[in-house]
Amino acid sequence: MSAHEQFADDLALYAVDALAGDDRTALEAHLAGCSACRLELEQLRGDGALLALSTLGPKPPQRARQRLLDAVAKEPRVPVKVAETRARRSWWGVLGWAATAAVIVFAASLWKENAALKQTLASANAQATQNARELEDIRRIAAPIIEPEAQVVTVVAMKAQPQPQGKAFYLRSRGNLVFLATNMPPLPPNKAYELWLIPMQGAPMAAGMFKPDAHGRGTVINPPLPAGAEAKAFAITVENEAGASTPTMPIVMMGAGE
Amino acid sequence: MSNPERQNPEGQGVAPDLAMVTALKAGDQSAVVQLYDRYSSVVYAVALRVLGDTGAAEDVLQEVFLQLWRNPAAFDAARGTLGSWLAVIARNRAIDFLRKRKPETDLEDVIVSVSPDLAREADRSRAAEKIRGVIGAMPPPQRSALEMAYFEGLSHSEIAGKTGEPLGTIKTRIRTGLMTLRKAFQT
Repeated sequence: MSAHEQFADDLALYAVDALAGDDRTALEAHLAGCSACRLELEQLRGDGALLALSTLGPKPPQRARQRLLDAVAKEPRVPVKVAETRARRSWWGVLGWAATAAVIVFAASLWKENAALKQTLASANAQATQNARELEDIRRIAAPIIEPEAQVVTVVAMKAQPQPQGKAFYLRSRGNLVFLATNMPPLPPNKAYELWLIPMQGAPMAAGMFKPDAHGRGTVINPPLPAGAEAKAFAITVENEAGASTPTMPIVMMGAGE
Repeated sequence: MSNPERQNPEGQGVAPDLAMVTALKAGDQSAVVQLYDRYSSVVYAVALRVLGDTGAAEDVLQEVFLQLWRNPAAFDAARGTLGSWLAVIARNRAIDFLRKRKPETDLEDVIVSVSPDLAREADRSRAAEKIRGVIGAMPPPQRSALEMAYFEGLSHSEIAGKTGEPLGTIKTRIRTGLMTLRKAFQT
């Protein structure tokens, strides 16, 4: 038992879907920031699966097999011909994203450094000019992914629907974060998505708000974050536009570091 | 995981589940038939245990395998075995059916960690027999609380109300029951 002992009983109940009310809400909030408890939850669900496997009963009627065959025949699936291509594309895509992200994060850092230089070091004007030139170059590179009018195309397997997706690029040492989301569902009025940095220890940190545009795209660039916070994961919740100090369940999207 | 009951048997004359799932992803209809022949009894038994109605259990059986056909990528072999995953999907869908609610859990969200491999009939029988032995050896109140939660879909407060036991007792019984099952497959 490696999870927090105070949640042990509730985790077991949650694993078999027997936890309700405030206890459930409190546990879900804790799970959002505790990988040890999430791991224990997986184990407990595995334990629960053993219960399902214990069942005895008659075999299903023969007609059920034919019924399934008929249903499957009505839903032929085209083999995913793009699978291999997609895998390669995603690899190159990762490189592209990573390179672009590195550029953007570096740009943000340069921007900060640039401002500091102008204020405090007159002798650094030449360097600042150089930085500004580099920043302009970087902006040109980054424009296709952060400018609202840029066209964004999500390539997925044939017949598959594009799914909501977010990419967080985080430079821990400087506290720089760029987050790009696509295919986000629209929100009710007065609601917005809030990004959370889930640290290795402690409570989730608010990492910026965004509302998707008409194309489902949203961006968060360099929200105020303390430098050095190690991110275990990033998560997204739906909050009031003013934002929240703690995540409101449910977590609609979540991803751990690659 | 050192327990051989949790390892994949290779070369035992049965196509590995993963190969079947790969074929499913390629649109091979025969793969879904083979997986149906392998796991329909497990899925149907779980659904029937929860619902107690053969017609409704057949509907759940149909839905589970159709979902597998439509979205085989939802199964993540790294997070559990296919037989366990299908059994849990069947249980969840049957509970949804029982409560007359829309499905609450996406297939992708169902993770069952690692559990016994069930690709062969002998493995399924052996695993089920062992689990039933462990459950049968539990104190009746513990077994009852566990089964009410898992197969009747009752919350811990509903179980407490039904049995007249304190909430804390029910919580502990359910957790202890799950841990007993875990230990039985770790030794």
